[in-house]
Amino acid sequence: MTDTPPRNPLFLERRSYRRRRIADAGRLLPVAGLFLFLVPVLWRPETGGPAGTAASGVYLFAVWFGLIAGGALLSRALVRPEDPPPAIRPPEAPQEPRR
Amino acid sequence: MISLNLIIAVCLAYVLLLFVIAALAERRAANGRLGWLRSPVVYTLSLSIYCTAWTFYGAVGYASRSGLEFATIYLGPTLVMVGWLWLLRKLVSIGRTQKITSIADLISSRYGKSNLLGVLVTLLAVVGTTPYIALQLQSVALSFAVFAPAASDTPAALDRTALIVAAGLTVFTILFGTRRLDANEQHHGVVMAIALEAVVKLVALLAVGVFVVWGVADGPADIFDRIEASPIAEWRVDTGRWVTLIFLAGAALICLPRMFQVMVVENSDERHLATASWAFPLYLFLMSLFVIPIAVVGMSTLPGENPDLYVLTLPLRLNAEWLALLSFLGGFSSATSMVIVAAIAVSTMVSNHIVMPIWLALRKDGAMMSGDVRDTVLMARRVSIGAVLLLGYLYFHLSGSGAALAAIGLISFAGVVQVLPALVGGLFWRGATRTGAAGGLVIGFAVWAYTLFLPSFGVSAVMPAEMLANGPFGLAALRPQALLGISGVDPLVHAVFWSMTLNTTVFVVLSLLSFPGPLERVQGAEFVNIFAHRSAAQGWSRSAAEAEDLLAMAQRIIGPAEAQTMFQRAAAEQGKGGYLPDTTPAFLERLERQLAGSVGAATAHAMVGQMTGETAVTVEDLMAVADETAQMMEYSNQLEAKSAELGRTARQLRDVNEKLTQLSIQKDSFLSQISHELRTPMTSIRAFSEILMEGGANESERRRFAHIIHDETIRLTRLLDDLLDLSVLENGQVTLNRAVVSLSEVIDRAIASTVPPGTERGFEIRRTPEAERLQVDTDPDRLAQVFINLISNARKYCAAPEPSLRIVVSDQGGAVTVDFIDNGHGIPASGQTMIFEKFARLTDQARAGGAGLGLAICREVMAKLGGAITYLPGQGGAAFRVTVPRAEARAA
Amino acid sequence: MTKKVLLIEDEPSIIQAISFILSRDGWTVDSHADGATAIEAVARKRPDVVVLDLMLPNRSGLDILTDLRANAETEALPVLMLTARGQKRDREMAERLGATLFMTKPFSNAEVLASVNALAGAA
Repeated sequence: MTDTPPRNPLFLERRSYRRRRIADAGRLLPVAGLFLFLVPVLWRPETGGPAGTAASGVYLFAVWFGLIAGGALLSRALVRPEDPPPAIRPPEAPQEPRR
Repeated sequence: MISLNLIIAVCLAYVLLLFVIAALAERRAANGRLGWLRSPVVYTLSLSIYCTAWTFYGAVGYASRSGLEFATIYLGPTLVMVGWLWLLRKLVSIGRTQKITSIADLISSRYGKSNLLGVLVTLLAVVGTTPYIALQLQSVALSFAVFAPAASDTPAALDRTALIVAAGLTVFTILFGTRRLDANEQHHGVVMAIALEAVVKLVALLAVGVFVVWGVADGPADIFDRIEASPIAEWRVDTGRWVTLIFLAGAALICLPRMFQVMVVENSDERHLATASWAFPLYLFLMSLFVIPIAVVGMSTLPGENPDLYVLTLPLRLNAEWLALLSFLGGFSSATSMVIVAAIAVSTMVSNHIVMPIWLALRKDGAMMSGDVRDTVLMARRVSIGAVLLLGYLYFHLSGSGAALAAIGLISFAGVVQVLPALVGGLFWRGATRTGAAGGLVIGFAVWAYTLFLPSFGVSAVMPAEMLANGPFGLAALRPQALLGISGVDPLVHAVFWSMTLNTTVFVVLSLLSFPGPLERVQGAEFVNIFAHRSAAQGWSRSAAEAEDLLAMAQRIIGPAEAQTMFQRAAAEQGKGGYLPDTTPAFLERLERQLAGSVGAATAHAMVGQMTGETAVTVEDLMAVADETAQMMEYSNQLEAKSAELGRTARQLRDVNEKLTQLSIQKDSFLSQISHELRTPMTSIRAFSEILMEGGANESERRRFAHIIHDETIRLTRLLDDLLDLSVLENGQVTLNRAVVSLSEVIDRAIASTVPPGTERGFEIRRTPEAERLQVDTDPDRLAQVFINLISNARKYCAAPEPSLRIVVSDQGGAVTVDFIDNGHGIPASGQTMIFEKFARLTDQARAGGAGLGLAICREVMAKLGGAITYLPGQGGAAFRVTVPRAEARAA
Repeated sequence: MTKKVLLIEDEPSIIQAISFILSRDGWTVDSHADGATAIEAVARKRPDVVVLDLMLPNRSGLDILTDLRANAETEALPVLMLTARGQKRDREMAERLGATLFMTKPFSNAEVLASVNALAGAA
């Protein structure tokens, strides 16, 4: 058991940890979106909320666009590291002959 | 003013363009050059069939009546797409790994491949899709009428237009939707066509929007003021409808047969979904952006006109005729793409789940003939497509293009989302059973029909007014639009609430009460745990500490020595030293099996699971492991596959070994062979030249001897030529003069040079000129050399009383095979692996020339040409198959 | 009475050459091309000398030689082995099996004639 391979698990761990957290954020995004989309339900002109179609429309479309932008950022971050699997491998390769 | 004739001409030209695009895409796909045909952009655009004519025209009409509520139809899908990690990723992944062909197939497959469920979902899809198709026909008919003279606005004229459109779409869909029966049901041509249509409708709607905001109004600020001043300025959210519609639209994105078709079935790469997750919401966003402005401007500019057609009538009335034409094309695109994909999706379900089971049941004996079945399936698809479009037309015809159609989009949505509980439950809950799914579907469907679908035909149309007002038999609690006395709610909200609640309840309760069969459980586990194997296989390597822990545990259970040996061997197989292999799924599976020998399968599974920290072991997991029938079935299947593979490998090894042994013998005697081949003609030459030198032979003898010397010299030369040729070929120094030539030409040449005209008798060569009309990419001289060799071999060695040679050409897609089959004795099996080796003449009897290098040269030549030559056993006589690459392959 | 030689060889032009050389010297030359029936041909023709090629169709010359030596009647029959392969191993094998003389192709005509005559004298 003395030759425990000196790989770099810390690096891998951090990387996959980051990925998982990005995926978590991706899962939360639609929940946040749903919440923001449901906000207009609570607006009442009497309480001073922006009940007009024009103002509500601007709000809705802004939230909508925010969701799209957020989704784009997250999905790109999520897909990119997965694309070239060899990128994870090379750090090990030079160590093989030494052992 | 744009004339109706121009509109018709533009439509025809546009359809022709779609035909060409679809045909080109099919061509590319058939040649295996998918490339950008399958890019994330095309995938995203194909999803846009969510936006039908109901979106293109109807969204503005909707906004004119209810303000921002129209946006819910696009907010729901946006949330589902952005939340792709929750559901869609799993759905697409399952669809691809399980080769799912439709949503009915998915549900049926998940619940133990139950055909009952397949039929239920299919019926639901047909009922849900028919009105929607009718809606598309109506919108196309109405948009035609806008351009037509006033007289043609009559119901009869609309009807005629709808019929023509339906017929045209049937032809298109049959042409590109049922061309062949693919294993994965992908339609490259159709997808390409609808991607184009997606661009057209987006551009058209944006153009109208820009025209309205900056052409008619004075920009965003002015539009803002106009909205404030419009009838829809005051906007109060109906909480129930807002929530219900977001839910309904989101669910519809998953459940609509056509969406399932483009999103899951036509998906070629799961990563495309990641792009579509934001790009498709962006598409929806752009489609919705100008809806309110167009509605507001329309209401103020064209009071009294049908708001559903503002997108078309606004530019037309404001004399932007070309914009109107573009807008018309956008609407046309929206309608046609939806109808085409919906018809394909529904017809696949109808043929797979209704027609085929019935057909197979009717003719139990005939089902074995595979070709037969394929034709029947395609025919069933074609007939189903026709039937679906006919139903759509009939619905349009009967419901009379009236008010009933206006709300039909949402009614359709509410119908198809009845699949949702069975779908989501099946994907996430292993306890979901077939009984539960069927029960939920039936109840949900019934409640939807009773509370929403049937009343939608209007009072007294299907349901008596009496029943609507007071309930059946006067039971007020059962009033269709106020079940259990919940009245005063919007009918749609009421129907969705009740149908989904009852559907889900029945689904859950029946699932809990019933017990699934083995197949159902296996499928359930596959679906729910779709990522369990894959995530590990993607190379998310775990830390070495885990392998160490596993070793420690294994040592305790199976003993230190054995455990270490096992781990070491596994590490070595992965190309690593030491005792700690990567904890790949394959290794874990093997470890688990090893441990199971000591502690039993269930415990082993639980232990490995805990150690690797994959998922907490639940009772269900343990039960599934203990489920002996399912497990045994899976195991024996795997074993069978493995042993078959082992057998194959062993056979290959044996072949290679046999060849190697033979080759080493060959190689040993190679020198003495060459020596023999050279010395034999030299012997004759020396002997006869000595005789001639001595003199004393008479004139005729001298001539005979000189002739022999001459012949033997030629033989020597030919031998040296062959040897040189072979060595050049083997050393790869040969230059090929590649050209695309007709195969028949090469064969003609080969025959001409082996059989000088007029000299041949009793050797018949039979050819098939039609089949030979193929272009091949090759070096014609070299290929002819191979053919000459084969033909002259047949002439030399074919011992039949009436020798004949058949040359059979067949096109195998990427390559052409040319078979040379004579009617002699053939070559015994023992010789078949050897004949292509150097000097491997089978008997020395027919020493008519060559030194046994001919076939060896042929083999080298064919390898250089990118083809092959093989012996074809079992043809009666000696048979050689030459494989030549096709001409097209070169362009790639 | 002329002496008879049986030429067991499958190359037609070599048969012609050897036949011509030997018959010019007064030999009666018979030839046989098939290895499988060579022993029967020897029994039938009863030659004084056999010229035997090493590589024959269907049966190797070495096998035929072994058979000849195993039979009491042909045990002492003079045999001239010919081979075009010219490997040392072939010569050794032929001599061990009892070939009286061994020659490598190509040969000179005089050599063949001398060898056959020498064998006839030895018999």
